[in-house]
Amino acid sequence: MAQTIRLTTPFTDEDVSKLSIGDKVLISGTIYTGRDAAHKRLVELVEAGKDLPFDIKGQIIYYVGPAPAPPGKPIGSAGPTTSYRMDPYAPTLMDVGLKGMIGKGPRNQDVIDSMKKNKAVYLAAIGGAAVVVAKSIKKAKVIAYDDLGTEAIRELKVEDFPCIVANDIYGNDIYKEGLKKYKKET
Amino acid sequence: MREINVKEIIPVVKKLCIDANYYIGEDVLNKIKEFYEKEESTTAKEVLSIILENYELAAKEKMPSCQDTGVAVIFVELGQDVHLVGGDFYEAINEGVRQGYKDGYLRKSIVDDPIIDRVNTKDNTPALIYTDIVPGEHIKITVAPKGGGSENMSEIKMMKAADGIEGVVDFVVDRVSRSGGNPCPPIVVGVGLGGNFEQSALLAKKALLRPLNESHPEEKWAKIEKEILEKVNKLGIGPQGFGGRTTALGVSIMYKPCHIASMPVAVNIQCHAARHKSAVI
Ligand code: SF4
Repeated sequence: MAQTIRLTTPFTDEDVSKLSIGDKVLISGTIYTGRDAAHKRLVELVEAGKDLPFDIKGQIIYYVGPAPAPPGKPIGSAGPTTSYRMDPYAPTLMDVGLKGMIGKGPRNQDVIDSMKKNKAVYLAAIGGAAVVVAKSIKKAKVIAYDDLGTEAIRELKVEDFPCIVANDIYGNDIYKEGLKKYKKET
Repeated sequence: MREINVKEIIPVVKKLCIDANYYIGEDVLNKIKEFYEKEESTTAKEVLSIILENYELAAKEKMPSCQDTGVAVIFVELGQDVHLVGGDFYEAINEGVRQGYKDGYLRKSIVDDPIIDRVNTKDNTPALIYTDIVPGEHIKITVAPKGGGSENMSEIKMMKAADGIEGVVDFVVDRVSRSGGNPCPPIVVGVGLGGNFEQSALLAKKALLRPLNESHPEEKWAKIEKEILEKVNKLGIGPQGFGGRTTALGVSIMYKPCHIASMPVAVNIQCHAARHKSAVI
């Protein structure tokens, strides 16, 4: 049965073990942003055995390229971008401690297997609900790769950031289950 | 003959870019509410209510409802009795886009060449401008910002007359099925039939401008739209692909005569952010 759960970052094994697909999660604490270009650099650092620009243990990366911040606001509209582009990089980051990813749309089997192995979760933010998300972001600051512009890594302070569990640590996938449940023969 | 200085167009286009991104149409809101009532899945209902809340917040906070504020697709109906003076008409439209995306804090999402360099133009120009010459002495301008996530799920197929209407329906439904959760469902499906290869795509895009509470004026086409919508909503994709009854809010078809040997079919997928605003000068 779907439930609403409040979690604070960083996530622990115990935190993520409580989550099942369809649950609504409200996240508070620090999360990090990253898209294609930032992921490429992070994975290169891991492969070279170097330190990452932030401590990734138990952390969450949000796939987003925000709109510019209007005056007086910490960030502009900031809904999720499509996640499959990050699939090639995600398992490497989970292997070094990443506990959660936020984006939109389904992940491939490698990522799903890695989530199971590393006890990590994939959370879906609502595509197009970019102001709802922005309202939960209280502070934003670029902490790495400023040269990447909207794709730079930002540290976000969030309060009750709303998302839905799309893949849990038990190998379940909301995209597959949803179709199974609601598809009608025509 | 009416003389219009192109400089008058700049603030109009600027405002349309901003308004389209901040204020979603009533027709979209009403349709989402209608489907909310019918939706069986509680997760889907939750998603739809967040989407509605988001549109309310966007209007209140004066922020773009989605961070992907799109490429500025612009339709112009230019009265044939208008005499444009004061400069380059298309440059004036692009200046309006430039100002709107800057002053409205909209995201700039255009790269200068599609493959090799992909350098951001930093002001969201150039806009995609389509002009029709019509009778009269007015200019009607429609700005329809289009996001990448849903545009990428669109497709054209050169079908055969022998495929029949069933073939067309199957192709459209299959296109939606293969799109799954990627185009931010609930979606609107624009279908362009006939014309030529290039015209079918434009028809599909124009079909998306029709208000969601209207169906095709011709009964036979209205019936096909209804049939496609029912089939699409049996796919089970649901809002955001989480499963449910609300995969599409509407299907809109436009058609044109075509060559005896051809039957082009274009499907343009539009996310729930079905943004467009018009003004008449
Ligand atoms: S598909 Fe539409 S709603 Fe989704 S991110 Fe793109 S523009 Fe926004």
